[in-house]
Formats: sequence, structure tokens, C-alpha cells
Amino acid sequence: MNMLSKKARCDADGQDSSFFVGLQEYEKNPYDVVRNPSGIIQMGLAENQLSFDLLESWLARNSDVATFEKNGGSTFRELALFQDYHGLPAFKKVLVDFMAKIRRNKVSFHPNKLVLTAGATSANETLMFCLANPGEAFLIPTPYYPGFDRDLKWRTGVELVPIHCSSLNKFRITESALQEAYQQAQKLNLRVKGILITNPSNPLGATMTRLELNHLITFAMDKNLHIVSDEIYSGTVFGSSSFISIIEAARERNLENTDIWSRIHIVYSLSKDLGLPGFRVGMIYSDNETVTSAATKMSSFGLVSSQTQYLLSNLLGDKKFMKSYMKENRKRLKKRHEMLVSGLGNMGIRCLKSNAGLFCWVDMRHLLSSNTFEAEMELWKKILSEASLNISPGSSCHCTEPGWFRVCFANMKKETLKLSIQRMKTFVDSINDENSENQQLSFCITKRRSLTKWVFQLSLYDRGPDR
Amino acid sequence: MKFISSNQNQLLSKIATNNGHGEDSPYFDGWKAYDSDPYHPTRNPQGVIQMGLAENQLSFDFIKEWIVNNPKASICTAEGANGFKDIAIYQDYHGLPEFRNAVAKFMGKVRGERVTFDPDRIVMSGGATGAHEMVAFCLADPGDAFLVPTPYYPGFDRDLRWRTGVQLFPVVCESSNNFKITKAALEAAYSKAQETNIKVKGLLITNPSNPLGTILDRETLRSVLSFTNEKNIHLVCDEIYAATVFNKPGFISIAEIIEEMECNRDLVHIVYSLSKDLGFPGFRVGVVYSYNDIVVNIARKMSSFGLVSTQTQHLIASMLSDDKFVDKFIAESAKKLATRHGVFTRGLAQVGIGSLKSNAGLFFWMDFRRLLKEPTLEAEMELWRTIIAHPKLNVSPGSSFHCSEPGWFRVCFANMDDETMRLALRRIKNFVIQAKGQQASAAKKQYGQSKLQVSVSFRRMEDLMMTPRMMSPHSPMVSPLVHART
Repeated sequence: MNMLSKKARCDADGQDSSFFVGLQEYEKNPYDVVRNPSGIIQMGLAENQLSFDLLESWLARNSDVATFEKNGGSTFRELALFQDYHGLPAFKKVLVDFMAKIRRNKVSFHPNKLVLTAGATSANETLMFCLANPGEAFLIPTPYYPGFDRDLKWRTGVELVPIHCSSLNKFRITESALQEAYQQAQKLNLRVKGILITNPSNPLGATMTRLELNHLITFAMDKNLHIVSDEIYSGTVFGSSSFISIIEAARERNLENTDIWSRIHIVYSLSKDLGLPGFRVGMIYSDNETVTSAATKMSSFGLVSSQTQYLLSNLLGDKKFMKSYMKENRKRLKKRHEMLVSGLGNMGIRCLKSNAGLFCWVDMRHLLSSNTFEAEMELWKKILSEASLNISPGSSCHCTEPGWFRVCFANMKKETLKLSIQRMKTFVDSINDENSENQQLSFCITKRRSLTKWVFQLSLYDRGPDR
Repeated sequence: MKFISSNQNQLLSKIATNNGHGEDSPYFDGWKAYDSDPYHPTRNPQGVIQMGLAENQLSFDFIKEWIVNNPKASICTAEGANGFKDIAIYQDYHGLPEFRNAVAKFMGKVRGERVTFDPDRIVMSGGATGAHEMVAFCLADPGDAFLVPTPYYPGFDRDLRWRTGVQLFPVVCESSNNFKITKAALEAAYSKAQETNIKVKGLLITNPSNPLGTILDRETLRSVLSFTNEKNIHLVCDEIYAATVFNKPGFISIAEIIEEMECNRDLVHIVYSLSKDLGFPGFRVGVVYSYNDIVVNIARKMSSFGLVSTQTQHLIASMLSDDKFVDKFIAESAKKLATRHGVFTRGLAQVGIGSLKSNAGLFFWMDFRRLLKEPTLEAEMELWRTIIAHPKLNVSPGSSFHCSEPGWFRVCFANMDDETMRLALRRIKNFVIQAKGQQASAAKKQYGQSKLQVSVSFRRMEDLMMTPRMMSPHSPMVSPLVHART
């Protein structure tokens, strides 16, 4: 093992966390309605499987794109040879238009400031390589996506310092939490280079408020920090309150062309909004030319397949289709979300109020045997083994309070979600029964104990007068 | 170089603001010249012809035919669309099983079925570029070094060093023995590294070689493997040009050698890609194949940073599972490369320009030493700028490949159609004839100034350098100095 690098030897990739263990357990015994109806239902994977039918029907109508038949068939050759890390111009154009549309055209984007990467995984890592040296740190609000421990830290050597968010104020980022995190970093002798947020949040499923964004911007201006905003779920906002991008918030404060503007960077991907994680389409958007120039060169290590760029530039270029797709997709997400929230609500389980994402942040604190992470793990394992549901425990997301779980709802059929809610109900009922049995038992035991004492005392008393 | 304010320097990482990307090297300057004035048969016939890009464009018709006849291979066609959802959703870093199986099979076929590859050892990467960086991250810490025989592909400077902090240490190979990798050169490099307190973690070889276009013979491979074994360092073999071998002797993979010799397999790793053999650089299909289980495991996790698009995995899986197609392709592609190579070498020979005898790759290692004003790096750069400006050919100067001897140039021949190739050849010939003419008149002047001694000794040096192996067989050996003297 000493023959390998330190990076190869260490656990920094974070893949022994329960998040990944759960995925592994699922793989061993996956639910299938026909082949394995009692298998584990995967509720730990934030995938969007709700709108494939729409994409498939688009494909059916646009087969000439698919078979490279445009331009007399020379398209295949051109694509096969296209390895320019600037990306297919047509693709970048439709991407920036799409991103603007998601932000209700409140901001506009320029294709030259967009860098394509192999998924958001690569985008986030690339930004760390560009913005921080090994040993420097980024602040990150908890709870956060477990994958960040790998993506942001592993090969880059960058440290993450948590900004603790509490359920008392719905896990919102506060000024004091920011200050505390910054001070903590200083205590650890870590130079803070920036803050990384996910907006809408994973795992909370909520968009950040204008107030939060403003706190962040003010803080970043004051401390001369970068802000990396992972907006990968921006197209999944289905609730009434809308999504405010960091760029919009900054623009509203007339910060365009000021220093901070060149320190704001957006990460995006088509994996969640369009449900295409396999295609590895990620991107970095930044106004900072040095960053985009370096990031573009770095993208050589993970370019987007030209074949995929071509297909998607046609798909996204069909503006009429995309408009109806996004509308329908949001509708379906909203319905699923409601189904899960109400289903859980019926068994006394509450979810954090959310308006986006592919999951709910579920409050199961009342089901814990004690207010500890050990109890959380115990509950998680029980849900995995008894309810056969793989959900993600809050500790794997670095939540500071035990008892919260991320439960995904968009990666399965409606019937499967119904079944998972049923299984959860059965499980919760059994816990309640167990608890009440335990309560009764402990009451009985207490009763018996006191009875014995009483009887004993009584018997003692009775022996008195016989002399 | 762009000016980066010191403010930026502080706000951004060192990696973002240094030159580790290597794009300030002359290798890329030629590209820039081409980009600003690219040749086109009708729109810009006087433009710069790109001979600096090692691409394989000779067999597209063959592949296109297969694509048209196999609509299921595309998830976007009516025939393939019912696979769309499963493919689009699949993000497992193991990669589609059918993809790994097909790639493993292809790798075996390219090696004449003399060895088989285990699909479970196939790890995806963002092209060979991503593969090399990933391997460096797995095997070495910042400051550690890899030995690399010169001349080598300039991209290694970026791929292995930039974000990893790993160093490259040259193993100097010389024209006197056709740039073979000798045990002595390896030992010398290793000792030199040790003297400067550099920890050597491995040796990286490219076989077939870029830029030489030669394959490593069995003796060299065995010697290399025993060297790495003895020193207990890793051996990384980039076999990206494996299927571009177009003449005998046949390609021998390190995979074959490890079956023949006692060695520590945990130290052996292969990097591969479909960019050269199939001509698909745009699809970003890179492979790390390691005989070390732990490396496979770790690399697989790292591959998250550069997975192959499942759309592409699906296409490749279908294509490479078609045995008939693959067998025919390998044979056809080799034939086309051989023909192209032959046309060029004969053409160059007609003007007395030699190149290293090669039987693989998408390029020549051309010997322009005789055209240098003097055997220096500066003279090579001057000659290169002249070639870009006058015959307007973007060729790559040997110095960008870290060649220790000035005057060698890598010239690509497979990235253009026949018409362009003929034009490129004409331009080279005209240039050489002109240049020699100029040399002759310069020599006449010299002769007139009684520099006989110098001319004679120069000619002798020339004779020494021009061994029969290096001159193409039909060279008329017309030295301007011989003419001058008679």
C-alpha cells in the first residue's frame, strides 16, 4: 500500500460513509415489482425519473438528429474529431439560454463565460483546484451533500469548515453562523478562500432566501472570499416561492463590475433538472476570466462527449419543447413531493417545508431512542432492514442534530412511492406499538415492583400482632 | 502570457495562475498559427496545413457505414430509443458492463488475441488525458517523480504534473541508436534523480511511441520491466497507438511480457483510449487498466471526475461487440495507414529527407538536422518558424517533445484527405529543395573563403549520422557539399 499515493491510501474520499453503505446494501437486494417485491426500495438516490416519456417522444420526432443525418452524414466525423475544450458553440449557446430561462431571464449569461465539465462532480472539483491551494478552506453550510467530501477535498487537499445551521430556524444560514465558522477556521489555522452553497439546497430541498443570499454576499465582500453556488437543482423548483440565483441577488445590489462579481461562480448540470446523470454534463459559469481560462484547460481531464453535446444542443435548442418540458416536469415533481409529505404527515412524521429538489428533509427525531447519532444510526439500520427502505441519515450529510433523514421521491414509479409510504407506516406503527408495549411493560414492571414492596411491607405488617 | 494581477494571484490557487497547463510551449504556438490561418481546399488554399495533430481520419467511411447500418447503437434512433432511459440514468462509475466487456475484447483483438483483458479491471476516464492524471494521483504524491523517455508527448507535462504536483524526469534517448530506451539511460536517469533527492515512483513509456512512431521490441520491454521490478517502481504503459501498427514487426504489449516474465504485477498499469485507434477523440473514451486491485478500486472512485457519457458507452459497446466489424476495421485501418505512410516516406526520400524508420502511429519523426543553420535549439526554432511561415505547415519541433538533439520534427500524416496530403508533400519538397539550394550557395561562399577543413569535417559528421536505418531505402544521398566540391 505504501507504493501508492497518500490520496489513494486515505479515507478522504468519504466513501465509507453510510450514504454509500446504504447504496451498497440496496445493490445487494434491490426492489423490483416482479422479481423482488420485498427488496430494498432505493430512496437514497436523488434522481429525476419523472419525465423520461417527454424526452423519448422528442427523440421519436427528431430522429435525423440522432442518426447524424444532417449535413449529408459528415456530422459523425466532425463530432468524433471534435475535442476542443471550448465546447461545441451551439451547445454552450443553448445552455446559457436555458440557464437564463430558469432564472426567469432576470439575468443573462454569455457562452464565453461557460466552461463544460464531466458532470457537476468535476465542475466542483475544478473550481476548488482553481480557487484554493492545498490546506486552504471553504466554508460550507450543514447539512450538505455527502459527495462534497470527495469532490471538494480528496484530490485537491482543500479543507471544508462547516457553517452550522439549526432546525430552530429551518436550517437557514445566519450571520452569526457564518462568523462562527470563519473564526473556527482561523482557530484551526486554515485560510478561508470561499463559501460553497447549494441552492436550492441538497438535502433540504429548499431555495435560499434573499436575506440569506445577502448575508453571504456581504460576508464574502467583507472577508474577500469567493462564493461558489451549486445551482444544480435550480430547474426543479416547484413551489410557490421562486428561486433566486446568487447572481440575481448580487445584481439587485448593483454589484456587477465590482470586485465581488469576479468572485461569484455558479456550478450547474443537466443531471437533476433533465434527469440525465449518465451523460455527464456539468458546467462552471464565472465572470472571472482567469478562472474560466484555467478551468477550461482543466476541463481536458473531463470533457463532455461531443456526441452528447450534439444531441443535447438539439434538445435544448427546441425552445418550445423545453418550455413545456420544464413546466410539466415541475408539475410532476410537485405532485410527488405532496404525496410523500402528506403520506408521512399521516403517520405523524413532519418534513421541512420545501419547494425544490428531488427529496424531502424528514424529521424523525421523535422516533429516536435517544437524542444521539448512535440512535440515528440505529434507526437508519432498522429502517433499512425492517422497512427495506434505503434513506439517508442526516449524519452522512453532516447535520449537527440527530434524527433528520433525506428521503428521495423522484427516482421511482408512483406505485413504488406508495409502497414505500406503506412500508414506512407499518414500520412506524410497529415502533409505536413497541414503544407503547415497552411503556406498558415498564409500567407493569414498575407496578409489580411497587406491589411487591407493598405486599412485602404488608406481610411485614401482618406478622406484628401474633406473638 | 496573459498578465495576471498580483491580487488575482492571491485570490486564486497557484495551479490556476501558473504555467503548469503547458500551453505556452511552442507545441501549441503552431496550433495558434494554424487556428488563425487554417488551410481549406477552396476557401483558403494558401492557409497553414495542420500536421501537428495526431488524429486518425483515414477510416471514417468504414465507421460511418457501420453507424448507418446499426441504428440501435444510438439511443436516439427509433430502434434504440427504448434503451434511452436506462442509459441516461446510469451513472455508476463501474461503467456499463457491456461497454467494459466490449473494450476488453477489443484490446485483446488489437493484440492479436495473444492476451485477454479482464473487464473488471477496466476503469473509465476522461480520455487518456484524464487517465494519465488519475494514475499519477493514485501512484505518486506531490514532489514524487516519474521517469519518461525522451522524446515524449508534450501533453504529459500537463497531464501528469499540473494538478498533481508530480514531476517528470527525462530518460534521455538518442538518435545514435534510434532513440531506443537503454538500460544505461534508465539507470543514469534514476541515479540522477536520486542525487537530487527526487523520489522516483515510476516509469512511463508510450508504446507504440509518440512521437517516434516505433514500437518497443521484446528485448527493450523485458529490460524495462526488469528495471522497474528491480527498483520496485511502477510501470505505466500508454498503449494508445496499439492499433495503429501498420507494418511488421508486430506490436508487443506489456500485457504479453508480464505473462512471460516473473514480475510484481501490482506495479504494472496500462493507459488506453479510443482516440487514436478508432479516431474518436471527441467521444472522450479513456481507460486505465491496472493489474493492482487496490489501484483499480481507487481509480474507479476517482473516475467519477471523468466518466464516459453513457450515450457514448452504449455506442462503443455496440460497435466493439461486432466481431466482424472490428476484425475488418483493424485490418483496413492498418492498410490505410501503411499506404499513407508509404506515400510520404517515398515523397520525402525524393528530396533526401529522412525520417526515423517507423511502423506505427499517425506521424513521422522527421530528420531535418541537415537544414539547421547550426545544431542548436535556436536554429531548430528558427527553422520551425520558417516552416510555418513559408511552406505553411504546422509541424511540431522536437524540442517541444523534449528531444535532446535539435533538428527532429514530428509530422502527422493521418489527419487529412489524400488531396491535402499531396499538397503537403509538394510544399515540403519545394521547401527542402529551396532550403538545400540556399545551403549550397552558402556553402559555396564558405568554400570560397577557404573553410575547406570545416566543410570536410561537417560532411564526415553527416556520414556518421546518416546510418542506413535512418535514411529511407531510396534516398539518392545528394549532399550539396559533394556537389560543391566537384
